[in-house]
Amino acid sequence: MVYIFQQALNALQLGSIYALIALGYTMVYGILTMINFAHGDLFMIGAFFCFLIAVYLHLSFVPTLLLSMLGVAFLGVIIERLAYKPLRNAPRVSAIITALGVGLFLENFTLALSPYPQHIPPLLENTTWTLGTLSISSLQILVIVLSLVLMLLLDFIVQRTKAGMAMRAISWDKTIVPLMGVPVNKIISLTFAIGTGLGGSAGMMYGLAYPVIDPYMGIMVGWKAFISAVIGGIGNIRGAMIGGFILGAVEIMVAAFFPSTYRDFVAFTLLLILLIVRPYGILGKPQPQKV
Amino acid sequence: MPLLEISGLTHRFAGLCAVSDFNFIIDPHELVGIIGPNGAGKTTVFNLITGVYKATAGSIKLAGRDLVGQTPHTITRSGIARTFQNIRLFRELSVLDNVRIAHYGRMAYTPVEALLHIGRFRAEEKRITDLTLDLLSMFKLDDMANEKAKNLPYGLQRRLEIARALATGPKLLLLDEPAAGMNPNEIIQLMEFIGWIRQTFSVTIILIEHQMRLVMGICERLVVLDFGATIAAGLCAEIQNNPKVMEAYLGVEVAQ
Repeated sequence: MVYIFQQALNALQLGSIYALIALGYTMVYGILTMINFAHGDLFMIGAFFCFLIAVYLHLSFVPTLLLSMLGVAFLGVIIERLAYKPLRNAPRVSAIITALGVGLFLENFTLALSPYPQHIPPLLENTTWTLGTLSISSLQILVIVLSLVLMLLLDFIVQRTKAGMAMRAISWDKTIVPLMGVPVNKIISLTFAIGTGLGGSAGMMYGLAYPVIDPYMGIMVGWKAFISAVIGGIGNIRGAMIGGFILGAVEIMVAAFFPSTYRDFVAFTLLLILLIVRPYGILGKPQPQKV
Repeated sequence: MPLLEISGLTHRFAGLCAVSDFNFIIDPHELVGIIGPNGAGKTTVFNLITGVYKATAGSIKLAGRDLVGQTPHTITRSGIARTFQNIRLFRELSVLDNVRIAHYGRMAYTPVEALLHIGRFRAEEKRITDLTLDLLSMFKLDDMANEKAKNLPYGLQRRLEIARALATGPKLLLLDEPAAGMNPNEIIQLMEFIGWIRQTFSVTIILIEHQMRLVMGICERLVVLDFGATIAAGLCAEIQNNPKVMEAYLGVEVAQ
C-alpha cells in the first residue's frame, strides 16, 4: 500500500513535468496546426538558463524560475518570428522540417558552449520526510504544486481572458479572426511565449529533480511530452494535461513492476495502440471528412 | 465627405484580373448593392476593402483615410465589418463568445490585471458580456447564448453572423449574400431586418446579392460587375432596363 502511494507520488512528479511540456506542443498545434519539434530542446534550454542564472547570478529559487521562464519565452517568440512565420502559408511539412532544424540548432549550439554535462546547484534546501517506509521530499511536492498552479493559470488565461478567447477563435478559423479586430500575430506570439515559457519552467524543475543536465536531455523528454499531447488529443489543452499524467503514471508503474528498460518500449507501444483505437486522442474530437 | 471612396481599384491573381479599375463612392447612411454573375469579382471587392487581399493598384479611403496596406484588424477597428457568403462562425465556441470576440479591440485591460484579478479586469469583462447579451437580445438570440454556434439553425446562424459584425462597432457594414439559401418568405423578412439594422445601428450598408427581389426592394443604387469590370451603375430602375446588364445575366441573344 505504502509502496503504491510512493509510486503514485513519483508518477505525479514525472507526469506534471510531461504535462507542462505537452501544453507547449498542444497550444502551438491548436493555433497553427503545426508541431513545434524544437519544443523539447526549448525545455533543455530552460534547464540551462536555470543553471546559468543559479551559478553566475546566485539568485534564489523564485527569481531563477521567473527569469528562465521569461528567457525561454523570449527565445520561443524569436524562433516563431524568424523561422516559422515566413512559412505560415507554406505546406505544413516545411514548417515541421524547419522545427526539427531549429531543434538540432539549439542542441548543437548548447553543445558548442557546454560540451560536458552540468550540475545545477541545489536552489532549495531539500527536506525529506519519512513516514515508515514512505518518503516524501519537499522538492517533489514543489514540482507537483507548482505545475498544478501553472496549469490552472493557463486554463484561466485560455478560458477567461480576451487573449484566451482570441486563441480559441484562431484555433477554429484563423482567416476571419483579424476581421473581429484581433491582431493575430500578437496572439500567435503570445501563444508561443506561454507555451515555451511553460516548457522552460518544466526544464528547470526537471533540472532540480534530476540535477545533471546535458544538451540532449530534451530529445527523449520532448518525445514523451509529444506523446502525452497526442494521447490527450493534440490541440486540446486539458487533454495535454491529462495525457502527461497518464504517461507519467504508466512509466512509473512499468518501472515499478518490470525491469526499468521496458519503460520507453511501453510508452511508445501505448502511443501506437492509442493511435489505432482512438487516433484523435482522449479529449480530441474526430474530424469527419466531407466528401 | 463620402464615407467610403474607392478609385481605380485593381486586383490580379496570377494573371487573372479579378477586379479592374473599380470606382465606387458611398455616402453615410446609404444602402448600395453590388450585383453581378458568379465570379464577377464582388466578394473580391469585399476582401480588398477589409484588407484580406492587398490591392494591386488603386485606393480605398474610409472617411478620407487610405486603407490600402493596412492590416485587416486595424481596418476592422477603424469601422468596417462584414459577413460571409458561406457562414463563417466560430462553430465550436458559444454564441456569446462568438459576439464577445468582436469587442476585442475595445476591451481595455492589461495581462497583468487579468492574471492578478485586479483593476479593470472584472469590470471590463462584465461590461463586454452585458453589451453582448444586450445585442443578442436585440437579435432574439439571448436564450441561446450558451449554445455552441454550430447547433443553431441556419437562419439563426446568419443572424448571429450579422450580430457579430455589428459588435465590432462598424460605420460601414458589408453583407455578402445574406439571402443565400433563403426561401421567398424569408427574403421578405430579411429585407425588413436589414432596414431595421440600418435604422437601429445607423450604419451604411454595401450589399452583395444574387436575389434580384431583395436588391431591387431595398437598395437605393446598384453597381453591376462582370468579369471584374463595372458594366453599369445607377438607380435600380435604370439598371433593370440596361441592355448590358441583361446581356451579362442572360446572354447576348436574349438581350437582343
